[in-house]
Amino acid sequence: MEGNLNALTTIFTEFYYWVTIVMMFLIHVGFCMYEVGVSRRRNHLKTLMKNAMAIPLVTITFYFFGWWIYFGFPNGPGIAGGLVTAPFAEPWNPLMGTHLSGVNPGETGVTPTDAALWHRLNGVFWGAFLLFSITTASIISGSIIERARSGAFWIVAVLIGSVLWILDASWGWHPQGWMVKLWGYHDAYASGVVHAIAGGAALAFLIVLGPRIGKFKPDGTPRDIPPHNVWLVTIGLFLIFTGFWGFYAACNIPLISPATIAGQITGETWTATNIYLAPTTLSAITFNFLMSLSGGMLAGYIVSKGDPFWTFSMGLCGIISASAGNDLYHPIQAMLIGAIVPSICYKLHYFVERRFKIDDAVGAVAVHGYGGFLGVVVAGFMLWGQPSSPYEGFAHINPLGNFAGAVLMFVLGFVPTFVVCKILNSMNLLRVPKKVELEGVDFALNHAFEASVRELGTAEKAMIK
Amino acid sequence: MSTNGMESWAVDLKDIGAIYPFQGSEVVMVIVGLVFWIGWHVLQTRHENAEIEADMTADRTGEETRKAIDRH
Repeated sequence: MEGNLNALTTIFTEFYYWVTIVMMFLIHVGFCMYEVGVSRRRNHLKTLMKNAMAIPLVTITFYFFGWWIYFGFPNGPGIAGGLVTAPFAEPWNPLMGTHLSGVNPGETGVTPTDAALWHRLNGVFWGAFLLFSITTASIISGSIIERARSGAFWIVAVLIGSVLWILDASWGWHPQGWMVKLWGYHDAYASGVVHAIAGGAALAFLIVLGPRIGKFKPDGTPRDIPPHNVWLVTIGLFLIFTGFWGFYAACNIPLISPATIAGQITGETWTATNIYLAPTTLSAITFNFLMSLSGGMLAGYIVSKGDPFWTFSMGLCGIISASAGNDLYHPIQAMLIGAIVPSICYKLHYFVERRFKIDDAVGAVAVHGYGGFLGVVVAGFMLWGQPSSPYEGFAHINPLGNFAGAVLMFVLGFVPTFVVCKILNSMNLLRVPKKVELEGVDFALNHAFEASVRELGTAEKAMIK
Repeated sequence: MSTNGMESWAVDLKDIGAIYPFQGSEVVMVIVGLVFWIGWHVLQTRHENAEIEADMTADRTGEETRKAIDRH
């Protein structure tokens, strides 16, 4: 690294992303607690494993190809240009490992420029994006509890976590993404890029999977299936809120000079930027994150008549629905968007459940799918005419671009997941048999546990003289 | 037309102030926010009154209340 200031900036940025990764891991602690809390006692071990094993599977596949997709596909390819080479993101490249910025003699695929930029930032950027990936996959996990086969979910988790979401991120969440360039798509904290796509995928999975046995009465009226542990549900959601703060921080570049941005910004003032390298501040997103969470919880309490599950879930939906524009909103705007959109999503959840007999155990399609979709649409109106990017010639933020983008996100999650679930279903790999579902998917594990306890107890009692 | 007055980032950031949409309507937004807050207390109180009323009328014999005490 040349110069103390450059070194300090690079190491600060490396440390900053490293901290966001640790914070974001709390999202997954929260998801695990939340899903176990919602599932019935005879299902919670498999529920836990289903969600937890998405972490290593998405991690290794994101290393193999997910990271490269982000840098390779901002042009489509074929929409705003061709495929982009990204040697530093190829799994066999020396920059995808411990590296100290020099180029070894005879080393191919590493340029001095790449080495200077990526030697310390590659792993932590990769890690931050990986945590977004695991989050996107985990969103689906809760919806399908108690009847989906774990293996089916893990295949879909890799599809959504290491292929689909990172492809849409390359299109609409990359400084040079074609959706940003041509449509003025603006989705700073991933309402659509993470949440709408995951909601679309969850809906597709649920349509093919079908409801849990007993969810609907013979006349089609839905039954409530209460969570087995409301404490776990509550703590889980609060951990997700906490991790979400890290998520927000990880969506920003913490400190960068106009020269490094290399766009149109003049002068010498360094700034934090959003993912598109357009200026914002950590202060702004702290205001807006907390105000949108509060709007969602307050509205959730009223529309659900004090139901704890929905009050907390709509706090999450409040953040998600304001996320698309939380780099630019006023805090009161964030609060009101965070209150109004979740109220609509709550109504939509029950409408879809009654009308189409969709059993979404945790309301993920409403909270993430509808919340994310509407959040992107609202941002198109609220931020109409503002520059989406510091680069010349990019389209400005507009309602049509954001609406089309929101549709694209939802559909990109829905269609491939629907096709894969149909294939898995035709191979009898999507859903557990009826008998297993009624016994509970932990049946064999529970029996093995009880047998072990009995055997051990018998052996210990035999030692009593 | 731009909701925050910014048409381009070809500016020196030291010359730029607030960048949220609809600048100048801060007072109106604060009033709307206060109405939302006060309205929330009104709606919450009504809801809680109705719930307490329902609890009061639900168990005239006291049997359910005794069961609830035992549930602890």
